[in-house]
Amino acid sequence: MHLISTRLKLRRWRPDALVLLTVLLSAMVLMPIAVLGLSWLGDESAVWRHLADTVLKDLILNTLLLLVGVGAGVLLLGVSLAWMVSTLDFPGRRFFDWALLLPLAVPAYVLAFVALDLLDFSGPVQGSLRQWLPFFSGGSVRQPWLVIVSLSLVFYPYVYMLARAAFMVQGRTLMEQARILGLGPYAAFWRVALPMARPAIAAGLALALMETLADFGAVAVFNYDTFTTAIYKSWYHLRTLNAAAQLASLLLLFVLVTLVLERMGRGRARFAQQGGQQMHRVRPRALQRWLLTGYAALVFLAAFAIPVGRLVFWVVDSAWMDLDSRYWGLVTRTFLLGCIAAVATVVLSLLLGYVRRTRRHRLVHAAVRGATVGYAMPGSVLAVGIMLSFAAIDQWLGATFNVRPLLLGGLLALLMAYVVRFLAVAYGPVEAAFERVRPRLVDAARTLGATPAEAVRRVYLPLLAPGVLTALLLVLIDVMKEMPATLLLRPFGWDTLAVRIYEMTTEGEWARAALPSLTLVLVGLLPVYLLMRRMR
Amino acid sequence: MGVKRGLMALCVLILAACSDSRSGDEIVVYTSRADHLVKPVFDAYTAETGTRIRYITDNEAALITRLQAEGASSPADMLITVDAGNLWLAADRDLLQPVQDGDLDNAVPAHLRDAEGRWFGLTVRARTLVYSTERLDPAELSTYEALADEQWADRLCLRTSKKVYNQSLVATMIERLGVEQAEQVVRGWIGNLATDVFANDNAVMEAIAAGQCDVGIVNTYYFGRLLRDRPDMPIRLFWANQGEGESGVHVNVSGAGLTRHAPNREAALDLLRWMTQPEAQSLLADLNLEYPVNPDVAPDETVAAWGSFRADDLNVEIAGRRQVEAVKLMDRAGYR
Repeated sequence: MHLISTRLKLRRWRPDALVLLTVLLSAMVLMPIAVLGLSWLGDESAVWRHLADTVLKDLILNTLLLLVGVGAGVLLLGVSLAWMVSTLDFPGRRFFDWALLLPLAVPAYVLAFVALDLLDFSGPVQGSLRQWLPFFSGGSVRQPWLVIVSLSLVFYPYVYMLARAAFMVQGRTLMEQARILGLGPYAAFWRVALPMARPAIAAGLALALMETLADFGAVAVFNYDTFTTAIYKSWYHLRTLNAAAQLASLLLLFVLVTLVLERMGRGRARFAQQGGQQMHRVRPRALQRWLLTGYAALVFLAAFAIPVGRLVFWVVDSAWMDLDSRYWGLVTRTFLLGCIAAVATVVLSLLLGYVRRTRRHRLVHAAVRGATVGYAMPGSVLAVGIMLSFAAIDQWLGATFNVRPLLLGGLLALLMAYVVRFLAVAYGPVEAAFERVRPRLVDAARTLGATPAEAVRRVYLPLLAPGVLTALLLVLIDVMKEMPATLLLRPFGWDTLAVRIYEMTTEGEWARAALPSLTLVLVGLLPVYLLMRRMR
Repeated sequence: MGVKRGLMALCVLILAACSDSRSGDEIVVYTSRADHLVKPVFDAYTAETGTRIRYITDNEAALITRLQAEGASSPADMLITVDAGNLWLAADRDLLQPVQDGDLDNAVPAHLRDAEGRWFGLTVRARTLVYSTERLDPAELSTYEALADEQWADRLCLRTSKKVYNQSLVATMIERLGVEQAEQVVRGWIGNLATDVFANDNAVMEAIAAGQCDVGIVNTYYFGRLLRDRPDMPIRLFWANQGEGESGVHVNVSGAGLTRHAPNREAALDLLRWMTQPEAQSLLADLNLEYPVNPDVAPDETVAAWGSFRADDLNVEIAGRRQVEAVKLMDRAGYR
């Protein structure tokens, strides 16, 4: 063993085929982003000055407020709920254990428009309050706090899911050891369980925050202006795609810096853990138990049951007439696109994970990191990057080989957008799975004479399978919900449910947007159900 | 195994998506109008002529960017979008080709189309005042500009400035009043707001009905749609700027143009002509409770019942020409 590792260290690092493939892959992912970077060649100082003079300060403050608020919100909800279902016993625990994951299937823009419809001045809640309470006058709820609450409710499942898995894996031994060493149950949580789960929680938090940064639909419903709004304002209203691209590249830079800081903060800590035995659940006193149930029920109602109920009401009321044969085509295509994109994305993230794991080199790490920043990019900006690069390639191909356009308007462009955007989603669970494969296992297999391919097949694959499945399902859900890139890059005839929602909401036909929204939630329940099954 | 099969399916699909070729008589349309507002029109045309129409819907800025990126290899023959501002932009970026055609010129009034024939209005959309019948006497109302007066403090509801309809309205105000005065009006509006601006016209009307404010500015078809579902809502339309020497109701169009590199130009031109003729005009306008652009065609009964008005006769392309100015003005005035 000693000999082998010494030899490995001494050998000069030489990139092999896999490394080259990884670098190529991340170059492909970065291509649309780089194209946006080219925007800095143009002079957009007039637009910048206008933005700086008028709206930029507010937009940045709004964005920071949103990040801090949603960050706190998803941590609070995600970690507390995960802790509750994995270590405490309370009525309904078995139900909430999986039900709390359901909001993952609800697109942020859907929750936003339902929340506003119910809660704003002209909505039924304030309407009834005004009727019953003469002194109640009501007011606008299109306030930062409601945006923060709404986004926290749809994004907390990322933290919940990963934190819950981490707490489960810690198992009983760890907590018992902590207790034996004299810590009380709460101290054991704060000083042992929580720090141990930190990488998982951080991964979930990063996903939630990147979603928040990239979100346009939900904030548009509330007319809450964020940095993303500035990007769209420049492109759509000030009519300079160039300035929009500059803004988008700044956004990415910010994300990249944050991710690097998080990595550095994590340092060299390794979190390979012993598989835990079944957790011994603590049973709090009756009042506390019911409080826990009430808390979980409140979150479940607000994030899932009430919004879905509202959608059902709309559909029954008026929108059922849209349910024709064409509609099933939408459903099928949405699901099909999601599946194809999920497989493609996960295969690539496996490649990234494996290479990062086996070829420890700065270039590889940078390539992997680079390949996963697309998630923070607003979908349409990313789509524009892909459109511009593919159009350029098409034109070059056309001029050189005299062929008709191959890339743009084809499925490849759309899949590329999904892969670039959701690679981070797939990579998280895959990387976590790789981290669970203890290096010693692979070393042992190799010492016992297994070839690298055999080591992959007999050690890696079985241990990776859960992470891979999680990644597949997460990407599937995300792709089905994705709206702007689908709109811009889909080939003829590839309309999806999200496209239909866009068409209805853009006309202000909220009730008719309910059917595709509800369908999207229902179609998303299947992957969520499968996720739950494998979480057990 | 699942992975392998998935990959194979992926390859097949990519090939299929790349290799579907176009038959001769097929028109490709990029449209920002929603599927349910154009499909019946296209279906009627296909039934009549046998010509197939394929289309893609998206936001207009996105479609224009796409057209631009695709350049000469674009499959699109026609662009359909709402708001003259967008049509003007597409023409300004040299994405549409001029068409000289007597039938089109006869069917579409001059101020509702491009002078060079690069785009033609298809339907007319009026943006005017809407008020609460419970808390307001319509005699108090007069013009868009007057909503900046103090008497409307805390009584006005507006939709966000991010919607092109408001940008076009302000653009025409700049044309008539000049930047300074227009900015004063917009500042006055913002000062009079009863609550934050809304994300859509429906929300404005619902707020008025619920008593959050008394008056707002909306496109008439939104009013029509809302009252179709809830006929007892206590709101009415008011035709703005009808007085002597005043500009008339702000109107805009949805419209279409042939793309610069239209692969199937002749067929697309036939479609465009057909769309300005009575049968299609009624379909296009009635589907969304808008006004036909062709003066020989009467609007839907519901629409006609709102009464007649004098429309602003400024060429709608002003909306495009001054749009960026309008956006910047609204940013300065704090109109979100």
